[in-house]
Amino acid sequence: MSDLPQPAPPLAVKADPKWFVMGGVVSIVAWLALIPLAFLIYQSFRTPGTARKPAVWTLGNYLEAYSSSDTLVLFANSVEFAAGTAILALVIGTALAWMTERTNTPMKPLFYALSIIPLIIPGILFVVAWIFLASPKIGIINLVLQNLFGTEKVYVDIYSMAGMIWVDGLHYAPIAFLLMTAAFRAMDPSLEESAMMSGASMWGIFRRITLKLAFPAVAASFLILFVRSIESFEVPALLGLPVGLHVFTSAIYNAIHSYPSNIGLAAAYAITLLIITMGGIYAQSRITAQGGKYSTVTGKGFRPRTIDLGRWKYLTLGIFIVYALLVVVLPFLVLLWSSLQKYYSVPSWEALQNVSLAAYKTVINYPSVGTAVWNSFILSIGSATVVMVLTAVVCWIVLRTKIRGRWVLDQIASVPLVLPGLVMGLAIMVCYLAIGGGIYGSIWILFIAYVTRFLPYGMRYNTTSMVQLHKELEESAAMSGASWLTAFRKVVLPLLKPGLLAGWIYIVIVSVRELSSSILLYSPGTEVVSIIIWEMWQNGQYVELSAFGVMLIATLFIFVMTAQWVGKRFGVKEN
Amino acid sequence: MLTVKGLNTEYPSQKGPPVKAAQDVAFEVPAGKFFTLLGPSGCGKTTTLRSIAGLERPVGGEITVNGLTVFSAEKRIFIPPNQRNFGMVFQSYAIWPHMTVFANAAFPLEVRKTKLSKSEIREKVMRVLSAVALDQYAEREATRLSGGQQQRLALARALVMEPQLLLLDEPLSNLDAKLRDRMRFELKRIQRDLGITTIYVTHDQGEALALSHEIAVMNEGRIVQVGTPREIYDHPRTKFVADFIGTTNFIDGVALGKDGASGRWSVRTPIGDLLVHTDQALTADMRVTVSIRPEDVELLEEPAAAANGQNLVSGLVDQKVFLGDMVDFQIKINDYTLLSRAHPSLRTPIGGKIYARMNPEKCVAIPDTSPVRAAA
Repeated sequence: MSDLPQPAPPLAVKADPKWFVMGGVVSIVAWLALIPLAFLIYQSFRTPGTARKPAVWTLGNYLEAYSSSDTLVLFANSVEFAAGTAILALVIGTALAWMTERTNTPMKPLFYALSIIPLIIPGILFVVAWIFLASPKIGIINLVLQNLFGTEKVYVDIYSMAGMIWVDGLHYAPIAFLLMTAAFRAMDPSLEESAMMSGASMWGIFRRITLKLAFPAVAASFLILFVRSIESFEVPALLGLPVGLHVFTSAIYNAIHSYPSNIGLAAAYAITLLIITMGGIYAQSRITAQGGKYSTVTGKGFRPRTIDLGRWKYLTLGIFIVYALLVVVLPFLVLLWSSLQKYYSVPSWEALQNVSLAAYKTVINYPSVGTAVWNSFILSIGSATVVMVLTAVVCWIVLRTKIRGRWVLDQIASVPLVLPGLVMGLAIMVCYLAIGGGIYGSIWILFIAYVTRFLPYGMRYNTTSMVQLHKELEESAAMSGASWLTAFRKVVLPLLKPGLLAGWIYIVIVSVRELSSSILLYSPGTEVVSIIIWEMWQNGQYVELSAFGVMLIATLFIFVMTAQWVGKRFGVKEN
Repeated sequence: MLTVKGLNTEYPSQKGPPVKAAQDVAFEVPAGKFFTLLGPSGCGKTTTLRSIAGLERPVGGEITVNGLTVFSAEKRIFIPPNQRNFGMVFQSYAIWPHMTVFANAAFPLEVRKTKLSKSEIREKVMRVLSAVALDQYAEREATRLSGGQQQRLALARALVMEPQLLLLDEPLSNLDAKLRDRMRFELKRIQRDLGITTIYVTHDQGEALALSHEIAVMNEGRIVQVGTPREIYDHPRTKFVADFIGTTNFIDGVALGKDGASGRWSVRTPIGDLLVHTDQALTADMRVTVSIRPEDVELLEEPAAAANGQNLVSGLVDQKVFLGDMVDFQIKINDYTLLSRAHPSLRTPIGGKIYARMNPEKCVAIPDTSPVRAAA
């Protein structure tokens, strides 16, 4: 067929639009993930520059950070807090996951749905709600118990290490639940059934088979939770700082917000924290990689047989109800209660007479609320969209091409995973203060922070859906004569849609909740909703904060429901 | 007409030198013929097919289709797959789940450079859908088709673009046995009707024998033998080919010399001296292996005259397995066990004496110095 185009010379092949798209994406990802980190490391070796004295190289920041005996306390506190939180969350999450996946506890579907709800409650609101519940002075729990027994004794004190672990552990329990649910689902139930046929008791099966098989998942989940908790900012800042209980994140925050602010010292702390989180993530990836030898995943679709608990199922139902009370119902109710007051007061008959919507009115007319809501809206939609599109291309390169060194790209896009939010905020602040160009102080710096921070989430959602997308689906498009762009647009993207949508929703939510990076990067005019809550707390505007929190949770809830409905209605049918 | 010359492919490996897949693969397929690449998994057949498709980029060689070079390592030519206009059916069918049956089949026409009008597309698509008997399902979701229907849709999608070459990558391997048999006929009919040059990849010798004009047997990255199904089956040139295609008896022996009367080579084996067929140069005292198919070992209860230079040996029935339409006999001759496939009417008891008659044409002598190592 002589009318076919003659073969293009090799140079023309290189000019394929695919190379521009890929090259652009790779540069953006590399810039976002690596440059701020480089600046952070640089900064940790510099003295603070002032008008009189230029900055010079120094090891002083590290000396200051490590020579002080406080650092040892700081380290011990951080590890105690993170390990405690991870263990608490893991115990709750594993128990709940086992109950929903492997037992006949009544009303399981409802609890599965309910267990997701905490993910949409911003951390700072959860902490504030628990302060209302368990503070020694105004905590409802203490007051109720004191009235009951007629004493002045303080029963629970949230401003303590135990309190911090309790609140953060409850807050991360849903994540542990999701991780462990996935682990239980991937486990071949015939392994447990054969133990049962061998005569093992239910407890024996759980202890000797289920837990052993789940060990890689348990260990990996523990490390993920450990890293997440050591990065936590809200809990240490709100519960630890007032009583002088410091961990790395609150120490970084203090170093920046002391006068004069000591960015070098903050950077030195940040590097230490970074090394800890890197170690955790590295160990986690090793365990996950080695977990293959347990080969609990057979790829066969199996429906796990559930264990009949008999009368004990009412006990597990009770555990569910208590969990839901602690994580969803009580925190929300206490916020709702306080939002309906004119000034904060404990629930009582007299207070009930004073119920009003005044706080809502105040919030709506609050000067910076409108701006903050708008900023959060734009930032979350924008960063979710950009992240999902960027990572779709990155995943495609990593999984579908044979370009040498593509695994490096995967690693680069995952770098932000080890950066605690506060550390990333610091790194980006240092970086764009040095580069200039008016990015620092504008809303763009928050946008950059969100996109960088949530790149790994986008990677995860895209990898999961792209792995399931058979390579031949794309190849057949190429064989049909479609160009790379056409194939990507008409075949790859539509098939990734459910995964893209799920990832997009998730990133929108975490962007709205984001506090620990934003707190170092916002400036007047670029506040976001979590910052408004933070400021209201600092100003003692508890009722306004509660009203704002209730509206925020309601909005996010409606958003998730709508998005899921839209996804079901218009998304690709899953087969 | 497809010409493949000196094709070499490599995969980068995690450590060490790159892994070689296809090595020095060369063949020619005349226009309108059905050509099969046959071999065990990992033999390089799929890599060869994907190189022709343009989905892999070989490190060496040249591929020419109808006079147009689509790949040449030397001239640095590589036409991307989407400009080659080859239809391909994938092992997984690769039916796009987000499109209807019609949209799947219409896709190649919609994405191509020269635009067609809506009515032209509809007409072409419906014609090809009716050719594979899917026209009444045109508006159905593609995922709601059965396995066999998805397979036919994949074929329709490959044919709608009126390709210069049809590439089939184990298209029948995901179907159940009955459906596979039916599709085999269907595929043969469509290929013969359209007269489209077809390259077929399979590890199933039955499919290869049933469908092909010509077969290339591959092993360890190389083509071991090319020939018509009959040549490949009747006259394997290596132990690997004899063993991979069908069941066979291997009898080790030593070449004696040419028999005066028949002009055939005679080979001394544990079951006696046999007259054999060979395409290869033998010399006296050369170690050879005689391959004979069980169905070519004719069993007789009486020592019928070994007329016309037929081989005749005798032994005892050691085992027999009744398979319904035939009986497998294991005959003990000296220390050798000869497998024979006989008609069920033969009911010689175990331990009974029996005679085996073998046509020398079917006793193929393969020199032990075969270039390719025989499979175990």
